[in-house]
Amino acid sequence: MNINTTKVISLLFFIFSVFYLYTAYQIQVFAFDENAPFNARTFPIYLGYAGLFFSGLKLILPEPNNIKVDHKNLEYKKTVILIVIAIIYGATILKVGYFLTTSLFLFSSYYFLGERRWVLMFLLSFPFVAAFMYLLHGILDIYLRDPFLQSIGVMG
Amino acid sequence: MIEGILIGLTTALTLQNILMVMVGCFFGTIIGMLPGLGPMTAIALMIPITYGFDPATGLILMAGVYYGAVFGGSTSSILLNAPGVPGTVATSFDGYPMAQQGKAGKALAIAAWSSFAGGTLSAIYLLFMAPSLSKVSLSFRSPDYFALMILGLTAIAAFSSKGQFLKAMMMVVLGLMLASVGQDSLSDITRFTFNNMNLTDGISFVLVVMATFAMSEALTIILKRNDPTSAAKQVSLTELGSIKINKEERSKMYKTIPRSSIIGFLIGVLPGAGATIASFLAYGMERNVVNDEEKEKFGKGSVNGLSAPETANNAACSGSFVPMLTLGIPGSGTTAVMLGALLGFGVQPGPRLYMTNPEIFWSIIMSMYIGMVILLILNLPLIPYIARILAVPKNYLIPLILFFSVTGIYVMSFNNFDIYLMIGIAVVATFLRLYDFPMPPLILAFVLGGLMEENLRRSLLLSNGSWEFLWDRTLTLCILLTTILIVVWHLYKSIIRK
Repeated sequence: MNINTTKVISLLFFIFSVFYLYTAYQIQVFAFDENAPFNARTFPIYLGYAGLFFSGLKLILPEPNNIKVDHKNLEYKKTVILIVIAIIYGATILKVGYFLTTSLFLFSSYYFLGERRWVLMFLLSFPFVAAFMYLLHGILDIYLRDPFLQSIGVMG
Repeated sequence: MIEGILIGLTTALTLQNILMVMVGCFFGTIIGMLPGLGPMTAIALMIPITYGFDPATGLILMAGVYYGAVFGGSTSSILLNAPGVPGTVATSFDGYPMAQQGKAGKALAIAAWSSFAGGTLSAIYLLFMAPSLSKVSLSFRSPDYFALMILGLTAIAAFSSKGQFLKAMMMVVLGLMLASVGQDSLSDITRFTFNNMNLTDGISFVLVVMATFAMSEALTIILKRNDPTSAAKQVSLTELGSIKINKEERSKMYKTIPRSSIIGFLIGVLPGAGATIASFLAYGMERNVVNDEEKEKFGKGSVNGLSAPETANNAACSGSFVPMLTLGIPGSGTTAVMLGALLGFGVQPGPRLYMTNPEIFWSIIMSMYIGMVILLILNLPLIPYIARILAVPKNYLIPLILFFSVTGIYVMSFNNFDIYLMIGIAVVATFLRLYDFPMPPLILAFVLGGLMEENLRRSLLLSNGSWEFLWDRTLTLCILLTTILIVVWHLYKSIIRK
């Protein structure tokens, strides 16, 4: 059976709305607010019902233009690698510091996307990040936390 | 008003702000040229930079990016038949045939002058309209605002969904749901945080914009194996031809520009409509207005056919600032991003902005004039060279977009959780984009979520819990009826299509 992915997404959204609505009803409000015309759970409850309404309609009504995505032509491998690199980048940026992690993130992303011009890859990672850091930290006065550069005395 | 103009000019004409407009126009032009990366991505990427400035300068920078991106989209439409943004699709109808006839330089010049004239004229309309509308909107009450926000969200869903109204409405609801995470503004009760302290303050607006636009667009390009820069490599500097416009062509433009600028501006003011609809309407109207001989040239390199959409899309950009500046309700996804940035600066746009922060209000308007002049000076002679810069391979472009996205979040919160959350939302958004779920409605809903809840709260408390407030006032009722009309019409279309 050929399952329409848009309908599957709508079904997932419907289930999500049920969960959202259930959680909205669980929001603890102050006792004096319980029967007030509006409290912290009123708006989320309406939103939950709106989610059920629109996703329910999408499930029931016929699909006007059936979108077919050719999964064979999608570049899953590079996309997943890039996401993983971004997660590692996010995990290390605070502990290691902005300069080193960002430079390595850029360098490795260029590499995994197929780039092999090493000099250009280097120039567009380490010196580029240093220049960008100078722009943010030095000129625009936007604080950038960098334990690595602080440990070697480059940053105050 | 004269005093306001002087305040605006004093702010906008400082060296720093002129520099910001130039940087914004230049950066916006480059991003706008890349098919798929529109003004919203360009502005989102600029948000971290704006943190270092005062609100007026930050907004001037973003406005420059906006005009630049729209103009950049026209350049790729003309040279490559690959519109960078939807608002410049109509430009390619006659711009690309002109380029194929060896008149690319002329087409670019017509586009530049039309954009300049359209933007300048609409900035004049804005100059007169915004203060008056600000005064009128002071009489708006909470029910009117609530109804207006519903209308804005419905309209953007209707216009941005390409026949997929229900998908767009689902995105609206999702945006509002994301906005509801965190502490309730009045009672401080936490909602949907699941005992995670990182969510107590809610999800950051910059995080959502970066995730749904910059990051997910970068991932989509990789996933779909698109190369937005490949076509730019074919642009030849020697084949552009002259940029001179002759007398006959000028006289055609003199007639086209005023009418297209009015259409563009009025469409831009409407919530949700924006540059795309404005450019198509102006193109259609121009075709109906010209004589039969000229009508024959449409689609084959007509000067009127190129000038009309270019004038209208730039006029619509200025028009879209009207609801944002006067009502505090953005009319488009792009102005929603700018509104979010303004809120981040601690500035509340709306009718009182005109009185409380006149330097911001007027400097944005005055910077529009300056932006148009700079766009003309910068882009006309430099376009062929800028187009060459676009031959940067996607292997470099994508990591740089991801880098700007993560940096934006990093400098804002210094929190790993936010980076993970951004990546998570970006992955979901990339998947949704594959199946044509539009993102602008989500952003607009996310920005308006808090304001909408606040106005609903006031309305319900004032009416003692009754929903009668929706039809008590004529204005509220009219806005509500318009919304119902849009919903019913689009649902009807969804049903009869099969």
